[in-house]
Amino acid sequence: MLLAIDTSLGTSVAVVDFDGGVLAEVGTADTMRHAEVVGTAIAEALETAGVAPGDLSGVAAGMGPGPFTGLRVGIAAAHAFALGIGRPVVPVVSHDAVASAWYRDGGSGALRVLTDARRREFAWSVYEGVDDAGLPIRVEGPGLVLRTELPDFAGTSFEAAEVPAGALGLVAERAYAAGRDFPADEPLYLRSPDVTMSAGPKRVSS
Amino acid sequence: MNRDAPLVLNRDAPLVLGIETSCDETGIGIVRGDRLLSNTIASSMEQHARYGGVVPEVAARAHLEALGPSIRAALAESGVALADLDAVAVTSGPGLAGALMVGVGAAKALALSLGKPLYAVNHLVGHVGADVLTEQPLETPTIALLVSGGHTSLLLVRDLVDDVELLGETIDDAAGEAFDKVARLLGLPYPGGPEIDRAAIGGDPTAIRFPRGLTLPKDLERHRYDFSFSGLKTAVARWVEQREDAGEPVPVADVAASFREAVVDVLVTKALAACRDLGVPRLLLGGGVIANRRLREVAVERAAATGVDLRIPPLSLCTDNGAMIAALGAQLIMAGRQPSGLAFGADSTLPVTEIQVP
Ligand SMILES: [Zn+2]
Repeated sequence: MLLAIDTSLGTSVAVVDFDGGVLAEVGTADTMRHAEVVGTAIAEALETAGVAPGDLSGVAAGMGPGPFTGLRVGIAAAHAFALGIGRPVVPVVSHDAVASAWYRDGGSGALRVLTDARRREFAWSVYEGVDDAGLPIRVEGPGLVLRTELPDFAGTSFEAAEVPAGALGLVAERAYAAGRDFPADEPLYLRSPDVTMSAGPKRVSS
Repeated sequence: MNRDAPLVLNRDAPLVLGIETSCDETGIGIVRGDRLLSNTIASSMEQHARYGGVVPEVAARAHLEALGPSIRAALAESGVALADLDAVAVTSGPGLAGALMVGVGAAKALALSLGKPLYAVNHLVGHVGADVLTEQPLETPTIALLVSGGHTSLLLVRDLVDDVELLGETIDDAAGEAFDKVARLLGLPYPGGPEIDRAAIGGDPTAIRFPRGLTLPKDLERHRYDFSFSGLKTAVARWVEQREDAGEPVPVADVAASFREAVVDVLVTKALAACRDLGVPRLLLGGGVIANRRLREVAVERAAATGVDLRIPPLSLCTDNGAMIAALGAQLIMAGRQPSGLAFGADSTLPVTEIQVP
């Protein structure tokens, strides 16, 4: 049983179980209040599922891609919660959760997941279906592209407004059960910090 | 988890873990009551050096990486297990929003995972709270002068957990920022404080009379306890440029010593004026700029001359740290305060009057 947290778009928190599926999923699509809502969302998810922290075997963390400031809140929370219960963090690419839910809901064929990356860009990933473990097969991405330069795609393009933590947690459960490698425990920022080197002091006298 | 269960809290000497991420230091502290058990600090300062100042995004990324290892290190150092904690405390503000959010997210999750109460506290009041961890108990009321790269504030602390008032603060740059900027225009690396100190060795602090911001009678009316360092920085730049334009060498030691004297003079003069005006014969220093040797010297000299009892906590408790946050959390618990809720956020401009965020 896992707690799953994703803040790559809004805030989504779930409790999932490999056999029992999604036991609870709470959250908000608000992309500005991750730090405010993450605690309440965790508490509500646990309460709804009737699960105590000690019952969990790990914490699935949505590693993005997503806007940095919010994305970090969920990853920090996942790490701290895992530390508190002495269990591991299971990193998951957030787009994999979107793809997993899309195929589960009847989608088929090639899928391109798009999410808002701010600065007039999309974050994207391409999938070609699900494998025998029920995991979405990501064949390209995640990457960034200007919205105006989005290439044509021979398949379904799906712009997600939310990353469901329930699907995220189930991806982690299935990947673990199938003995798959997890992605690196590093946020998928896809951008360097936006800084310029100091150009030296400017003249103040005329 | 049953969140309606009555909260039974050790209020005598609570064991508290504090998380501080308001600027470029990831600070984890563990205290038992007013006793310090661990003060673990991971700084991202080196990563900012090539940019000449703290880059918020770089700081926030570093917090996320440092948080887990720092918590583990603090627990190992203090020999404390997470399950033994009575509470978790965290800085809610003021500070850099993106940096604060990392700590807030982590603290909420940690508290929930352990089923422990959470106290969201004020960073500036935390600087004052650090003093309870020293040998002698903090005496109130006291004036507190808090100086760092992020803040320059003068506080009247009537009661650490109950009554803190902002007397004044910088209206432009923080004092630490002024050190960084002047160091840069003298061709010295970041961070500027220690560099200016080094460059000032052998310099004459009275060689150049740089302006003392907001000390003229007309400014004092409106800004008696406020600070301004941007005019001073410009004055130094202009002075240096005039020398260079005239083809004369710049006496770096004199410029550094005179600049530093101007900053120190204003800080100490205004702090002691507050002590005198308000009849509070105590002054507490805090913040990273307290590392400046000349500031400590002048403060010691002039406080003694005016009969003010001066307190300077050890430097490791003056720079941003988690121990001060844990200490303030413990004081709140010992004063019988209820924990914060789960809905608070990161407040980059949290006023000092909000000692604990509900
Ligand atoms: Zn500070």
